[in-house]
Amino acid sequence: MAWLVLDRLGLTENGVCIINDVSLKVGAGRTAILGPNGAGKSTLLRLMHGLLRPSAGAQHWPAPLTQGMVFQRPVMLRTTALANVEYGLKLRGIKTPERRQRAMAALERVGLPAIAERPARRLSGGEQQRVALARAWALEPQVLFLDEPTASLDPASSREVERIIREIAASGTRIVMTTHNLGQARRIAEEVLFIDSGRVVEQSPVEEFFTRPRHVAAQRFLEEETP
Amino acid sequence: MGEITTSLVLAGELVATGDARLASIVTLSLQVSLTATLLACLIGMPLGALLAVGRFPGRHTLIVLFNGLMGLPPVVVGLLVYLLLSRAGPLGQFGLLFTPAAMIIAQTILIVPIVAALARQVIEDAWREYREQLRSLGASRLRAAMTLLWDGRFSLTTAGLAGFGRAIAEVGAVMIVGGNIDGVTRVMTTTIALETSKGDLPLALALGLILIAVVLAVNTAAFMLRQWAEKRWG
Amino acid sequence: MTRLRTFLAVCCTTLLLVATGTQAQERFITVASTTSTEQSGLFGHLLPAFTKASGIKVRVVALGTGQALDMARRGDADVVFVHDQAAEEKFIAEGYGVSRQGVMYNDFVLIGPKTDPAKAIGKDILEGLRRIETARSPFVSRGDKSGTHAAELRYWKAAGVDLEAKKGPWYRDTGSGMGSALNTAASMNAYLLADRGTWLAFKNRGELGIVVQGDTRLFNQYGVILVNPVRHPHVKQADSQKFIDWLVSAAGQKMIADYKIDGEQLFFPNAGR
Repeated sequence: MAWLVLDRLGLTENGVCIINDVSLKVGAGRTAILGPNGAGKSTLLRLMHGLLRPSAGAQHWPAPLTQGMVFQRPVMLRTTALANVEYGLKLRGIKTPERRQRAMAALERVGLPAIAERPARRLSGGEQQRVALARAWALEPQVLFLDEPTASLDPASSREVERIIREIAASGTRIVMTTHNLGQARRIAEEVLFIDSGRVVEQSPVEEFFTRPRHVAAQRFLEEETP
Repeated sequence: MGEITTSLVLAGELVATGDARLASIVTLSLQVSLTATLLACLIGMPLGALLAVGRFPGRHTLIVLFNGLMGLPPVVVGLLVYLLLSRAGPLGQFGLLFTPAAMIIAQTILIVPIVAALARQVIEDAWREYREQLRSLGASRLRAAMTLLWDGRFSLTTAGLAGFGRAIAEVGAVMIVGGNIDGVTRVMTTTIALETSKGDLPLALALGLILIAVVLAVNTAAFMLRQWAEKRWG
Repeated sequence: MTRLRTFLAVCCTTLLLVATGTQAQERFITVASTTSTEQSGLFGHLLPAFTKASGIKVRVVALGTGQALDMARRGDADVVFVHDQAAEEKFIAEGYGVSRQGVMYNDFVLIGPKTDPAKAIGKDILEGLRRIETARSPFVSRGDKSGTHAAELRYWKAAGVDLEAKKGPWYRDTGSGMGSALNTAASMNAYLLADRGTWLAFKNRGELGIVVQGDTRLFNQYGVILVNPVRHPHVKQADSQKFIDWLVSAAGQKMIADYKIDGEQLFFPNAGR
């Protein structure tokens, strides 16, 4: 059952068409957006989350859902890890005792209770990304958008982040994720949206996409990406 | 060259003997300019942040205006504030003319544009980094401005310092609104002007060297603070 | 949010402290006077004596005579103490001042390069000025509506020199106070009219020396005026009157006479005469 509908969505900037006439329904619990560099993956994600406004078409949320987003580079404020996680809760007006509790709980779920009082920007890349996930998770979003969440991380941190994403999905949050990492997409996603030159040319269940891609661009993409 | 050496020696003597008049002049200079800087930051930094983060008609005009007002001639500000505070002027009943309060007001007006324009630059750079994440978390532009002000507190010291430097070094505004009254509104710069016009150039130069030393000291302290902060908070 | 609140609280407290500290709750009057009296050091010598006797502090704003009178017209001073009788009487006639009392006089001196290219040295100020104009030697003028400037213009007129017609690059109109004008004259080796007090206290003489002195026309009378409280009700009438009375009293007049630089008296008390 679709929880997000895109209707002829388009985005043109400086005369360049970045997203071109995208119409689709998102119903899966875990969606991966794949595509070659510059195809428009991140842009499509940002349109969905509302960070960008379309120049054409529209999107509908049949039932409004709370959303969160985690970016490729974790954006940490110049304060402690705990304060970073608390920030989102503070914005929602949640008062101190409950705020602290929820933030600490989120940090525990990502395995980082020990670094709560450390300056967030002094943490490693992997730790920062986990803090970013904790920050998003503490707000209990119904949809979580992730833009290449492990692209800047080393393999060990990547795996840790992946585990967390799977846990978040398991707890009922819908996931929409862009990634270059095909193995990751295969491990995490239920459904794949394949985007090429601003158009979503294929939307299929994950295994189908990887074994029997229908669109020629998808086929070419998989051939090039798979060693 | 000889005059500079004489002045260096004189400056050293004045400082070493803890000359009382020098101490009161330096103290007043710091009181006036630091207060003006504090006020200018309280006014100018939120202004700068809102300019950086906001979207409203006339925003670009305001940015250009503040950038231009950075070059406000101090003597013009002094004249305007004098006309405002004079008994014949609109705010005359407060009797503020020829007091340190008048000097603080004049210097604050003088440096608000500097602080605002530089704060805007700092916050704009930070906004570029934080914008998507803050919006994603649901921060309004106002909340975002407040968050960036606190987050950028160390970079913002540059804006505050620039304001302080301008304030403590200017003579045009404080001379007119303060009147250079002995023991009441005489600061380092007006004393230098007075001693120069009395032909006592070594003393004027000595005071000038002390003024430079004070400014350097404040800048060094701020620099060290930033270094420590960078290491700690990243 | 609490962080913000504490920060604001700290700021407000600091400001209040500074503000109250700098707004000294002391008893004072504001006197508009001239750069010549200030820079000669007379006030440094004179005023502490008055404060000791009366408990009233005197805040002097030192400008040129013209500026001082303008300031008083606006009501920004309680007392004026300047040296241009014509301008002072006009001030009173316009209703800004109550009455005028003579306090002291000093004299002007014509300063110039010791080499005296215009051959102006002598005892006659008018002749000296004529020779400077003939020789077109550099001459620095205050040009700032001060008492000294007004006197200078009177001497030129009395010497028969039409400045408007004769003005040329030799006549430097600087628009500055006495000390600044002296600095300018010293650096360009020019003639200028100065009051003896500022000259004696001035340290940057270069090649300059006194060229003409002693001409009775060079005597320069100082007057003190209470700013009219009818015109400006906030004027501190009682305390200001105390100051004026002290200046012309035996005690004040003696203090004036006692002020010397290098043993030389600068100002000659002549109140009531």
